[in-house]
Amino acid sequence: MRPRLEARIGASRTMVYATPVLAVALTMACGSVLFAALGHHPPAVLYAFFIQPLSSVYDLAELTVKATPLVLCAIGLSFGFRANVWNIGAEGQLTLGAIAGGGIALWAGDDAAAWVLPAMIVAGLLGGAAWAAIPAFLKTRFNANEILTSLMLTYVAILLLSYLVHGPWKDPDGFSFPQSRMFADSVLLPLLTMGTRLHLGAPITLFLALGAWWVMARMFIGFQIKVVGLTPAAAGLAGFSVNRLIWITLLTGGALAGLAGLFEVAGPIGQLQPSISPGYGFTAIIVAFLGRLHPVGILLSGLFIALSYLGGETVQIELGLPLAVSGVFQGMLLFFLLAADVLVRYRIRWRRAAMVQEAG
Amino acid sequence: MAERGVPARLQLRGITKQFPGCLANDHIDLTLGPGEIHALLGENGAGKSTLVKIIYGILRADGGDIKWDGQPVSIASPSQARRLGIAMVFQHFSLFESMTVAENVALGLDHGAGLDALSARVGEVGRRYGLALAPEKVVHDLSVGERQRVEIVRCLMQEPRLLIMDEPTSVLTPGEAEALFITLRQLADEGCTILYISHKLQEIRALCDRATVLRAGRVVATCDPRQETARDLARLMIGEDFSQASKTAGGPCGAARLQVRGLNMAAAAIHGTAITGIEFEVAAGEILGIAGVAGNGQNTLLAALSGEQLCPNAGDIRIDDQDAGDLGPRRRRRLGLAFVPEERLGHGAVPEMSLTDNALLTGYERQDLLSRGSIMFPRTRDYAQRIVKSFQVVTGSIGSHAGSLSGGNLQKFIIGRELLQQPKVLVVAHPTWGVDAGAAAAIHTALLDLARQGAAILVVSQDLDELLQISDRFAVLSEGRLSECMVTAAADIGRIGLLMGGQATGHGRENGGERRAAQT
Repeated sequence: MRPRLEARIGASRTMVYATPVLAVALTMACGSVLFAALGHHPPAVLYAFFIQPLSSVYDLAELTVKATPLVLCAIGLSFGFRANVWNIGAEGQLTLGAIAGGGIALWAGDDAAAWVLPAMIVAGLLGGAAWAAIPAFLKTRFNANEILTSLMLTYVAILLLSYLVHGPWKDPDGFSFPQSRMFADSVLLPLLTMGTRLHLGAPITLFLALGAWWVMARMFIGFQIKVVGLTPAAAGLAGFSVNRLIWITLLTGGALAGLAGLFEVAGPIGQLQPSISPGYGFTAIIVAFLGRLHPVGILLSGLFIALSYLGGETVQIELGLPLAVSGVFQGMLLFFLLAADVLVRYRIRWRRAAMVQEAG
Repeated sequence: MAERGVPARLQLRGITKQFPGCLANDHIDLTLGPGEIHALLGENGAGKSTLVKIIYGILRADGGDIKWDGQPVSIASPSQARRLGIAMVFQHFSLFESMTVAENVALGLDHGAGLDALSARVGEVGRRYGLALAPEKVVHDLSVGERQRVEIVRCLMQEPRLLIMDEPTSVLTPGEAEALFITLRQLADEGCTILYISHKLQEIRALCDRATVLRAGRVVATCDPRQETARDLARLMIGEDFSQASKTAGGPCGAARLQVRGLNMAAAAIHGTAITGIEFEVAAGEILGIAGVAGNGQNTLLAALSGEQLCPNAGDIRIDDQDAGDLGPRRRRRLGLAFVPEERLGHGAVPEMSLTDNALLTGYERQDLLSRGSIMFPRTRDYAQRIVKSFQVVTGSIGSHAGSLSGGNLQKFIIGRELLQQPKVLVVAHPTWGVDAGAAAAIHTALLDLARQGAAILVVSQDLDELLQISDRFAVLSEGRLSECMVTAAADIGRIGLLMGGQATGHGRENGGERRAAQT
């Protein structure tokens, strides 16, 4: 006897949306076992991880600040993923957006006019899009795999930022620390609530998420993206240009990631420094899939993953657990999500080994 | 047959198989005698495939029992079926293109053997049954007919006592099919039982001793097909009388609406066939058929016609006297072209999307379903609803996924989608391939109606009977070249067979497949 996976006739639609919830529940259950084994009282740890970071206005604002770049990148990526364009380089596009927008802030100096911040936003969008245009060109012109090119360009982008803050853009009064001058207050994103770091980027992100939903559900371009992802040959029959869609999805993804980078440096950070993101561009891949590549789902999953960052910090401070706990949680979450997905689409059959030929 | 104490080779009693939402086999009884050629007839979805998969051990029945030579057996896997002496030739071949004939045969055997010894045996089996094959040739270079021979030889190497053949002639020229029948009759004479699955009624009447007809998972009749007319068999199969559409001879044809002039195209896919010097015209009100065995350049020609591959010169293809060779699919549709591809799921329709979305897929241009980049859903749903209604597509609702429809219903939906766009030129590939007789008749009627309204229709099909039935003129595509067009009413079947086998001038009497094998 050995187990075999057998395709289900028509996966349940309810289950497709229920799996993320199921995965979260399983992650908590397994986390509890882990904490118990480490000698902690599981309810206390779970409280510290999932509830405590939500217990004050400041904490909620922090959660939103962390979720903003995750959601922005994930929404951009979801366009590509729907069309089978596997942009893995959101982190690099985010960095380029920060460089382009930050460059304008530094150029404008201390007495920047009112148009500088909008110009920075545009530059952030264009910077990220330009960086994503490289894989798009290589893919459409030479059929180069965008997974490799976009990933490799991430490291180029990070090194470029590092060169700039160590070299030409280094703060002359910064005691040789590798960081730029602080941006002028007039070019920083306005704060929404005093005493928190919650900035204008959050409502813009929410607005963009709703816009993305409209594009995917109602617009013909969203339909084209879905068709090319599901059945490329049918897209060819209908006259949808695959190359055009590769360009559109990569440029959109790059632009949104670039915007996320600009929001970081013009928001919580306020300057350019060698590291401007704790891997938001990569974590956004998990956010996109956890949110079922759906804009509303991505909003929820972005908040959840942001919570796992904050929860990891809280349990480290409160209970002395290692920071790696948030990594473990994110890993378990992705694992349970993928496993549940498999079981929604297939069922396990125990039967004697049998060779299957021509199952169609 | 099971008489005078000789046990039946295979006896099925009360075989039942339930799939979620569908009872595929409902208490099926089937008895196959030694040396009998037995036809299994039925529409798509009647349960034929399920039944043979149970016999070959791919599926397990939920109920009923199987006797082999009078002994109760349970067939748990294909390898157990092969040990009993059951062999099967699938409709879709499972050959490795980059390996030789002998290597492919070796892979299909349960017991290993030296390649040299095997090559010798392949030659020997081939000579004995008239299946000429060169063991050292690479499969990729073989014609479809030759590939089927590899599959058959692979089965015969195991000296089967029951050979199951699933729609074997769907890919063969008439000459190749006739050669296959000779082989099958010889096998039957030697005592091998043959279970023969087919849609083609004429062929079953010519070949088979007995026929079991399935409908909706049940046996509805067992008869001697030679005693029945093709029409009776069809009636048994679909359970109702159906009217067969056919072309009412030569109405006057109008001006040329689709013109192809000296079209040369490289193959689109790696193993595709290039086409050279293609020339033809289709007039308003006319149906032009293009016959030929698959793999002779049909896919390249179809991609060039749909606009999925652009032609080298704008003037290579003209639609209503406008150059269209350099236009993509969307702009050709604007000129009045509609197109039905060969593959329904995965080309003509997106399986995971609803019928509404699939209506939008090609209808957006000519049905005006968009408004400034947004989809007008009420209009789109209305269009999908009209397709379902006018073409009697059996489906739960227009929200159902295309993948959930049966092959025939999906084909009706796709053809309906194109016809409701009121095309001036319609290009259809294999309109009734794998579609049951009732749906096929409906599709043929729809095509003839469209032609009567003044559209030019091009039908590319492997089914010669179909082309003879509905086309005004037709030509044969072979090795990327198109023969001259013939008037259907005056066509000579023998000559068509030769053309399909790649013999443009028809000298020599041997059939096309053998000639190909001899040349190379």
